[in-house]
Amino acid sequence: MFRRQLIGGAASVAMASSLPRFAVAQRRDARVLKFIAQSDLAVVDPIITTAYVSRNHAYMVWDTLYGFDENYKPSPQMVEGHVVEDDGKRITMTLRDGLKFHDGEPVRARDAVASIRRWGVRDALGQVLFSQLDELSAPDDKTIVFRLKKPFPLLFEALAKPATPVCFIMPERLAKTDPGTAIREVIGSGPFRFKADERVAGSRVVYEKFADYVPRASGTPSWTAGPKHVNFDRVEWHVMPDAATAAAALQNGEMDWWEQPTGDLQPMLRRSRDIVLEIPDPTGLCGMARFNHLHPPFNNPAIRRALLGAVSQEDYMTSVIGTDRSLWRENVGFFPPETPLASDAGMEALTSPRDYDKVKRDLAAAGYKGEKVVLIAASDFPSLNALAQVGNDMLTKAGMNVEFVSTDWGSVVQRRASKEPVEKGGWSMFFTFWAGLDMFNPGVQQALRGHGQAAWFGWPTAPKLEELRNAWFEAPDAAGQKAVGRDIQLQAFQDVPYLPVGQYFQATAYRRDLTGVLKGLPLFWNVKRA
Amino acid sequence: MFAYIVRRILATIPVMAIVALFVFSLLYIAPGDPAAVIAGDQATPADVERIRASLGLDRPFVVRFGEWVFRIIQGDLGLSIFTNLPVTRMIAQRIEPTLSLMVVTLVLAITIAVPMGVVAAWKSGSLIDRMVMGFAVLGFSVPVFVVGYLLAYVFALELDWLPVQGYTPISNGLWPWFQNLILPAVALGGVYIALIARITRATMMEILQQDYIRTARAKGAGQTTILFLHALKNAAVPIVTIIGIGLAGLIGGAVVTESVFAIPGLGRLTVDAILRRDYPVIQGVILLFSFVYVLVNLLIDLSYTLFDPRIRY
Repeated sequence: MFRRQLIGGAASVAMASSLPRFAVAQRRDARVLKFIAQSDLAVVDPIITTAYVSRNHAYMVWDTLYGFDENYKPSPQMVEGHVVEDDGKRITMTLRDGLKFHDGEPVRARDAVASIRRWGVRDALGQVLFSQLDELSAPDDKTIVFRLKKPFPLLFEALAKPATPVCFIMPERLAKTDPGTAIREVIGSGPFRFKADERVAGSRVVYEKFADYVPRASGTPSWTAGPKHVNFDRVEWHVMPDAATAAAALQNGEMDWWEQPTGDLQPMLRRSRDIVLEIPDPTGLCGMARFNHLHPPFNNPAIRRALLGAVSQEDYMTSVIGTDRSLWRENVGFFPPETPLASDAGMEALTSPRDYDKVKRDLAAAGYKGEKVVLIAASDFPSLNALAQVGNDMLTKAGMNVEFVSTDWGSVVQRRASKEPVEKGGWSMFFTFWAGLDMFNPGVQQALRGHGQAAWFGWPTAPKLEELRNAWFEAPDAAGQKAVGRDIQLQAFQDVPYLPVGQYFQATAYRRDLTGVLKGLPLFWNVKRA
Repeated sequence: MFAYIVRRILATIPVMAIVALFVFSLLYIAPGDPAAVIAGDQATPADVERIRASLGLDRPFVVRFGEWVFRIIQGDLGLSIFTNLPVTRMIAQRIEPTLSLMVVTLVLAITIAVPMGVVAAWKSGSLIDRMVMGFAVLGFSVPVFVVGYLLAYVFALELDWLPVQGYTPISNGLWPWFQNLILPAVALGGVYIALIARITRATMMEILQQDYIRTARAKGAGQTTILFLHALKNAAVPIVTIIGIGLAGLIGGAVVTESVFAIPGLGRLTVDAILRRDYPVIQGVILLFSFVYVLVNLLIDLSYTLFDPRIRY
């Protein structure tokens, strides 16, 4: 914060404004879009990683069979259409004409089949799909056939969802790569071609318009659905580790678009007439305090439940993004608010008056005997560090014996994999944020799963949650899914796989001369310079 | 002299071997797991294990170290765990910006600091001397990033004279190249100017008290001749030494400067690699830095013979 204040303080260098302005600094090329990405594109394979930056890159290079629109509905993208037969157990998809990979090869059904198989190993929803699949085949170059053991209503959603990993369609030779090994070549059939020769890892990624891309003939662009018309010859992603530099580059026109401006610089950007600041993703980022369910004290569900009474989501979110309530939301349950499964079921656990004396009594009644709680915090991510600091305060006020371990994210992700007790280098709790899209439903929400040792870090065993998850897959329609969603949330307040600590909205900032910027994710079709 | 140079170059081999072993061991015992970072936050433990196995990170220390050394002997620094790009290519991409920044900073610093130090010594105790020393204290005290932000605000945002960030290769033209380096070099050069100016002043003050200076004056030599021909040449050895020692500080400062001005140099590459635990990149860059440092020290030692004919190797 001090550094930002210094920048502001520099305004007092008033003499600067009285000196002549020579426009000798770099100027923009109208056909080039310069974008400041949230972080470096370290991994170009969107299947091996769940990093959002890799997913965003992949949407430029690769295409998907189905797109996902602002109403959270799938719609055909690479496919011309589909036919559902045999009471929903046989689905036949037909690819659109004119689809071509960047190496000039046509997109064939067998490319799609190989891609779906690779994705299915990594993706939670994909794994469910494959468990219900009798056969996935490509009888000819245009046709993909799913033969299911029983109807799987979520098939189209699974293939369309933008939650990571996304089912991108790659050439068969790349898609046959082991899902644990990253692909070496970036060849897709998406609207942009990846310029491997111009990549400077950690600094710049370059894409050029793929001239042979054929957008859908009809429909309205909405999130990843609809036609993808490209209006720039070249898109450059730049990595700027320093937020103040990124803000300055956007302000003086060296850059066109900054994906994730930091909270402290947003008021300054909002005041600029040349810059538009908006919230692209209404599902936001949801914070969570994840417990280690294997060891005391958090192997005791009553202790986890007792802590629900201590959570002040307002405190957590204020520490992350400030006091502007338009940028965050409290009273957030296990599904992001205003998404199809969000409900008020069991929410009194988070919305009732906060009372630390009661929390202490509940902890004692639950059998807490002063066992050490090791809270691991990533100090190199300001938002995660803020959550951990508030969490440390919360646990301490609740009377727990907290050891706060401040380290970097690289160490957190290593230590959280340890199943050892805290005395042997284990852990008790860590904080993280997930995009709302990744918490959207039980199909994608890894942190809500309760399948023990195979579950996401923390390894909760919660058979009822697993049963309800399976029931959600079976639900015949949206109303049925919603009803199961309520039950899942009620059960989650009993099992407490994690503490929901609020939701915030990440703004994006771009120069006012850009129009057609789509919502949802940073997407580079449809956008044009006025 | 030739035998000395050969001896010194041969001496770098055990130094580099020790650095290699030290760096590899340190990274092996340091916490962090690149497989977990690659897999991302939502990945399951099984996903992380699959990636770890595919990267060979589950193999014993001796096997991994042996393979690494074998590759290095062949001039191959390996592939980045994250980008799958050859480390040599990644380093090659980053050398030009860092080298450019260091050369421009070095030229700027020496051009400004040496005359400043000489004049301060000549006018010792005067207002000019105090101003030079005041500047030196300021240069030491104000962090590089503060100077960087102020320069960017004034010269890029307010006046629009220079770009805020980035780097243009020299192959795109001398002015575009230089334009991007002015602000970073000034920001980075502050500490360096202060350091060289102080040493120059102190050494020159000592030299100016020597008998041969008085003799030169008595023989009617002009002030400029005395200062720059007689005194500065004799003061050169400690000044050159401090320039060499300061180079290490310059490498450290380049990390911050490259971040503030978004220059894709070796400093940023190192920091990014450390945060991700990209072992091959960290090892490659540290080996390179060690080699450069050894080489600079050798060049400085050799340069002594130019300034002081009494020194012989």
